[in-house]
Amino acid sequence: MFALEVAAPAVGLQILWVILIAVLWIGYLVLEGFDYGVAMLIPFLGKNDKEKRVMVNTIGPVWDGNEVWLLTAGGATFAAFPAWYATLFSGAYLPLFLILVGLIIRGVSFEYRSKHPETKWRNTFDWMAAIGSFIVPLVFGIAFANFIMGLPVALATGDMNTPVLLQPAAEHLFVLTPAPYFLQLFINGYGFGVLGGIVLVVAFLFHGAIYLTLKTRPGELHDRARKFAQTIGLVAIVGGAVYLIWQNLMFPAEAALTEAALGVNLAPALQLAGWIMTVVAAVALIAAWWFVGHGREGIAFISTSVAILSVAVITFLTMVPGLGFVDAAGDRTTAPLNLLNASSSQTTLVLMTIVAVIFVPIVLAYTAWSYWVFRQRLGVENMPDEVALAS
Amino acid sequence: MSAETLARWQFGITTVYHFLFVPITIALSMLVAVLQTLWYRSGEEKFLRLTKFFGKVFLINFAMGVVTGIVQEFQFGLNWSEYSRFVGDIFGAPLAMEALLAFFLESVFLGVWVFGWDRLPKKLHLMSIWLGSIGTLLSAIFILAANSFMQNPAGSFYNEATGRAEMTDLLQVLVNPVNLVTFPHVIAGAYVTAGGIIVGISGWWLAKLAKAGDADAETKSAWHWSTRFGAWVLIIAGAAVIITGDLQGKVVTAEQPIKMAAAEGLCNTESAAGFSLILVGSSCEGVAEGQSITALTIPGLFSILGSENYDVNAVMYGINNLNEQYTKEGFSNVQLQKDTAGSLVKDVASYNAANADAPFDFAPSIPVSFWTFRTMIALGGLAIIVGIWVLIATNKGKDPKGGSLWTAAMIATPLMALFANSFGWIFAEMGRQPFVVYGVLPTMSANSPGVSAIEVGLTMVLFTVIYGALAVVEVGLQLHFIKQGLPEVTEPVVLTDDDAPVSFAY
Repeated sequence: MFALEVAAPAVGLQILWVILIAVLWIGYLVLEGFDYGVAMLIPFLGKNDKEKRVMVNTIGPVWDGNEVWLLTAGGATFAAFPAWYATLFSGAYLPLFLILVGLIIRGVSFEYRSKHPETKWRNTFDWMAAIGSFIVPLVFGIAFANFIMGLPVALATGDMNTPVLLQPAAEHLFVLTPAPYFLQLFINGYGFGVLGGIVLVVAFLFHGAIYLTLKTRPGELHDRARKFAQTIGLVAIVGGAVYLIWQNLMFPAEAALTEAALGVNLAPALQLAGWIMTVVAAVALIAAWWFVGHGREGIAFISTSVAILSVAVITFLTMVPGLGFVDAAGDRTTAPLNLLNASSSQTTLVLMTIVAVIFVPIVLAYTAWSYWVFRQRLGVENMPDEVALAS
Repeated sequence: MSAETLARWQFGITTVYHFLFVPITIALSMLVAVLQTLWYRSGEEKFLRLTKFFGKVFLINFAMGVVTGIVQEFQFGLNWSEYSRFVGDIFGAPLAMEALLAFFLESVFLGVWVFGWDRLPKKLHLMSIWLGSIGTLLSAIFILAANSFMQNPAGSFYNEATGRAEMTDLLQVLVNPVNLVTFPHVIAGAYVTAGGIIVGISGWWLAKLAKAGDADAETKSAWHWSTRFGAWVLIIAGAAVIITGDLQGKVVTAEQPIKMAAAEGLCNTESAAGFSLILVGSSCEGVAEGQSITALTIPGLFSILGSENYDVNAVMYGINNLNEQYTKEGFSNVQLQKDTAGSLVKDVASYNAANADAPFDFAPSIPVSFWTFRTMIALGGLAIIVGIWVLIATNKGKDPKGGSLWTAAMIATPLMALFANSFGWIFAEMGRQPFVVYGVLPTMSANSPGVSAIEVGLTMVLFTVIYGALAVVEVGLQLHFIKQGLPEVTEPVVLTDDDAPVSFAY
């Protein structure tokens, strides 16, 4: 019954799926972005245990759901573009390992910090949450900046592995070159990658501080979060502007690449979109900074969300023709992998499209409901003295 | 060691570790939902106290299951990129569906449940634990479908043009005959584990309070109730494990005969093949017909268990015969195996030409298969026996007499149940070797060609160190809360006053 034979235009579903993956990434960056920001700030903005607990509890009910956006983006990439998933995950081996470590130590920290009353225990987990929440956006920022520059790949060759059975890898699997590709992530493009990492961390600090002002009741913690947001906001505006202008000038969409990958020269349109999104991001960041200073936290939060979204859009538009990869020589005008040769079969794409069309709206609906359930602002007066003795 | 060997170790370590938390999460979430439902229906305080207590045991494990689960989804691409590319068209779909249908459900609703005691009306709050728990069950369906594909790659074919396996039918992937028996077996095993945990903690507390004599009667009665509840769960789930295990044995014998032959140490094809208690050799090489590498054999039992109609004279294939057959013909159970049989045979021939002294062995490690299979059965069986003992000892409101054997049994039961799961999986996955996709893609061809042994080894060591440290923390916390015992509770009410402290916060 599920063996559908649908003659859809080949590139149509691939484009749909890359858009869906981008949407999942945007959901992840916008939602988990603020909980990274809040967690990074726990040791700095919380002056006593109750304040720290307020901070943890503003994200407590939602952080795990936010992280699923990342898992779903990973799963969707695997299902829709197996060759992209295979090359990307194995190529970015050490960076992804660092991300996993960050996700592990922050994830347990939220659950475990309050399970024991000792100050040392709690401080340890607060720092683990902060460090984990710092590592993840830092590495993702570096990675995305490198996708924009293009990671060089070549076909796996026989001598990379002992010659073994049934090895179609040599004909089909692309690997980053030269391997291990690690230091290059930091130094290529005169440190554009490192700037990307710093900008993402700063953006999440800004986003998280604004979220704190939105979710805390008037009081010292609230004021501190607002003050911090006003300061880090300026850094985000300047850093973001430098990063985006650098990107637009130095790493624009390439005509030859879009033509080869998509059949049309979309480069002028993509470049224009890049500048438009840059302006949108800049306006949104400035608006967020102004609104949070004037006590309009809701609009400020929407503004940082729009800024994150627009940067994600530019990033995906730039990397989509070659999926973030370029040829082995690092020539940005040619890319061996593209939407078509990296994608799953039509059968799988059709099935996954049906699943996504049905379930994405359902997920959005109950996620929104859960945010509504926990809409109340929290303050130190809301923290019970007894800590987490009941589940 | 080669990158491939290290990658296998890394997968083994991280997966066995992850699966310590999975069965607890799956079954305990549902049992906590049952406890909360009993409280919702009856209003009896003891059910609320038990809900909160076992809810916490569940959450401590859930946190670990979540963070170690992320590694699982990523490491296919990290360490097994050729595998990911080769089967992503089929294997990626259940993984994506697991995230979209299951992970969101469990994460969002468990978040709502944990923090929602005084935010939601009782009924909606109860619904949230049920939905979260259903999420864990859905997750099992999809990931076991993915695993079953590796054991028996149904619903797919080989596409010459793309050089990879592609999906023909999602339904066949989901209702793979292997999945149809694996799913109930794994779920039943999860309930044996959760039942064992409830029995262990409750039985330990019950004996302790009974001995103290002056214990608060309500607390003691709550532990008495949960001791029997856990024992019933353990026994019923244990019966389900045995029935589904028997069915699974038959399916595996049909789909992967050489795996069962290794588990029974059967070198040469026999009718009325026996089930042995002891393995005396480690390889079938040079073991001629009439010879055996096992001892203490119950005649005919393997044939009875392995055949569909419990036929004592059924023919069971031996490792040597199967090796010969696969070397000549390859595999032919499902389309994908048929499509790749020709090139497998050709590759094996050239491999054997190059490695004349150690030809390609289609059998998994015999000692590993033999002993993990028996350890699983023994541990699970012992746990079930403890369950029966507990039921008898607590019958008609009796308190158990306690003593060191009782204490040892209460500590051992959850662990035996848990490790029975681990050994079952080690058997299932090691028994699939030397293939990652059974009969199609050898494991040695599937790892990431661009990733060096140094990288795999380094991350393996670091994962192990981090996981080890987390284990210390999680066991410590677990013991801390077990020693605290049942919490005092107050009836949760929905907060209307924004200034009031919430009843639960981290």
